[in-house]
Amino acid sequence: MTAYLIRRFGTSIVILIGISIFTFALLHAVFPSPARVVLGPKASLAAIEAWDRSHGFSGTVFSQYWHYVDGVLHGNLGYSFKANQTVAALFRERWARSLYLTGISTVLAVLIAIPLGIYQAVKRNSIGDNVATSLAFTFYAMPDFLLYLIAISVFALTLKIFNYQASQSTSVITVIGDWRSMTLPIICLTLLIVAGYSRYMRSSAMDTLAQDYIKAARAKGLPERLVLYRHLLRNACLPMITLIGLSIPDLLAGNLIVETVFNYQGLGLLFYNSLQNEDYPVLLAYTLVGAVLTVLGNLVADIALTVADPRIRLT
Amino acid sequence: MASTVPSLPPLDIKRAPEGGEIGPIQTGWRLALREFSRNRLAIIGLGILAFFVLFSFVGPFFYHADVLSTNLTAANSPPGAGHPLGTDNEGIDVLGELMRGGQASLEIGFLSAIIGIVLGAAWGAIAGLIGGIFDSTLMRIVDVLLSIPFLFVVLIVAVRYGATVLSLSLIIGLFTWLVPARLVRGEVLTLRTRDFIAAARTAGARRSRLINRHLIPNALSVIIVNVTFNVADAILAVAYLGFLGFGLHYPNYDWGDLLSNGTTYMLDGYWWLIYPVGLCIVLTVMACNLVGDALRDALDVRLRRR
Repeated sequence: MTAYLIRRFGTSIVILIGISIFTFALLHAVFPSPARVVLGPKASLAAIEAWDRSHGFSGTVFSQYWHYVDGVLHGNLGYSFKANQTVAALFRERWARSLYLTGISTVLAVLIAIPLGIYQAVKRNSIGDNVATSLAFTFYAMPDFLLYLIAISVFALTLKIFNYQASQSTSVITVIGDWRSMTLPIICLTLLIVAGYSRYMRSSAMDTLAQDYIKAARAKGLPERLVLYRHLLRNACLPMITLIGLSIPDLLAGNLIVETVFNYQGLGLLFYNSLQNEDYPVLLAYTLVGAVLTVLGNLVADIALTVADPRIRLT
Repeated sequence: MASTVPSLPPLDIKRAPEGGEIGPIQTGWRLALREFSRNRLAIIGLGILAFFVLFSFVGPFFYHADVLSTNLTAANSPPGAGHPLGTDNEGIDVLGELMRGGQASLEIGFLSAIIGIVLGAAWGAIAGLIGGIFDSTLMRIVDVLLSIPFLFVVLIVAVRYGATVLSLSLIIGLFTWLVPARLVRGEVLTLRTRDFIAAARTAGARRSRLINRHLIPNALSVIIVNVTFNVADAILAVAYLGFLGFGLHYPNYDWGDLLSNGTTYMLDGYWWLIYPVGLCIVLTVMACNLVGDALRDALDVRLRRR
């Protein structure tokens, strides 16, 4: 087990290095230096070169990469010249809000998807199962922003129950309490996540239901409720562990589309604004953080699955 | 010794088998086709796809609408005379825009799926066949690129390299090839141990011939299913890009961009700018997913009855 962990960890480090190289090279190719942005379009070439040299943007790609990675490992994620703050400060303002939105949606989605999947497997091919499958299929085929737009159009603009944009408050406590603004984004996001999870949960529950130990439990005379709760639930939940692990990146890197449509001041909206402003240090740090979180999420999912399922033999 | 030689039974013409009925086809691609055609949802999906292809590419020949000149006096008019789906904020007919947008979305979808599959299948096949450290390196590269959030990189590259059908296809194709590479490598690893590969090698086949003539045709089932899902994903990705403002712009159209324009007028209640486009996107992606699911089930049957 420890040998596996060490090897997995080593592979993750290699992948992280590869990600940092790729991301840095990509952004360096697209945007070599912010000198023009800072000094203005009429600055002379000499001024630009001087600025580059004093701020560490001259030199080969490799030396710049090395300085950047060195900075990241010391907590310096770069400096945004458009926003005139360090990138880390920009992230610090917003990560809690992104965590709340995506976190609560994921928790709700898991709480809904697990019973739903079990229900679909037990009452297979019934009306309820078919309705749920068709709905999940429709949400799966729909681009996210379409659902948000329809929800806003129906519930916020026509029926006027909820607010048409998410809470603009900077304090997470106020955001949590502001149900009028936050209900639509949370519910829509939850629906979309459930649509994705329910396919896996349904097929996993169906596979588990066909196992021999379920038959044995029923033959023993165990009440159906206990069969479902004690045997089916625990075994069918295993794919959910992987899915939750894979959704860790979204927790901290924010959900770009939700935050853009609902104007929620989270990390996703920060990314979108930086795209519009062509604020490349933020983009670089953001992509890097997102990729690191993806690798971490995979690692956590793998380890959690191994802990939860003793049948998995680690070689 | 002669007495212990068993003798053959006398030849009895009457008992010779006359052959049976020709039964249903049990193996091969025909079996897969039959399974596929049995699936009603798949036929519906194919029908919807065919409809949208015809709608986008053949439609403009029957429905003449000027999508290039603006006509501000007729801007934002609801569906009515002359404009079955109304006009947008510049007075251009929405139905005509939908057809042109469909052309771009479908083209980008199919082109990026093809780029993805060609690159991915080649990468996976070579990695699987050569094996060893080479295989590990190639697959680590795939892992690295898979870890990078797709939307972020696509957006960053789209900002810089702008929006034409070809550039968007290349950008989306840049990420589409990763999953086919993994799938094909898995298939190749399974196929590698088969006898026909050993036989071909013994006959002196070079690696390229092994890949092109033996491995890839046998991995085709996995590849076909994957291509279908890639088309669906690519059409969604184009819609996302267009909605966020990085799709095609006037005088070209794509569905995401149309939707993005429409949302500006949501408060005014101009539903014809939003719902028709949304419906087109949802139906097309759903159709691709239906066809992909049905193909996967049908090709599974074929594999099982090999």
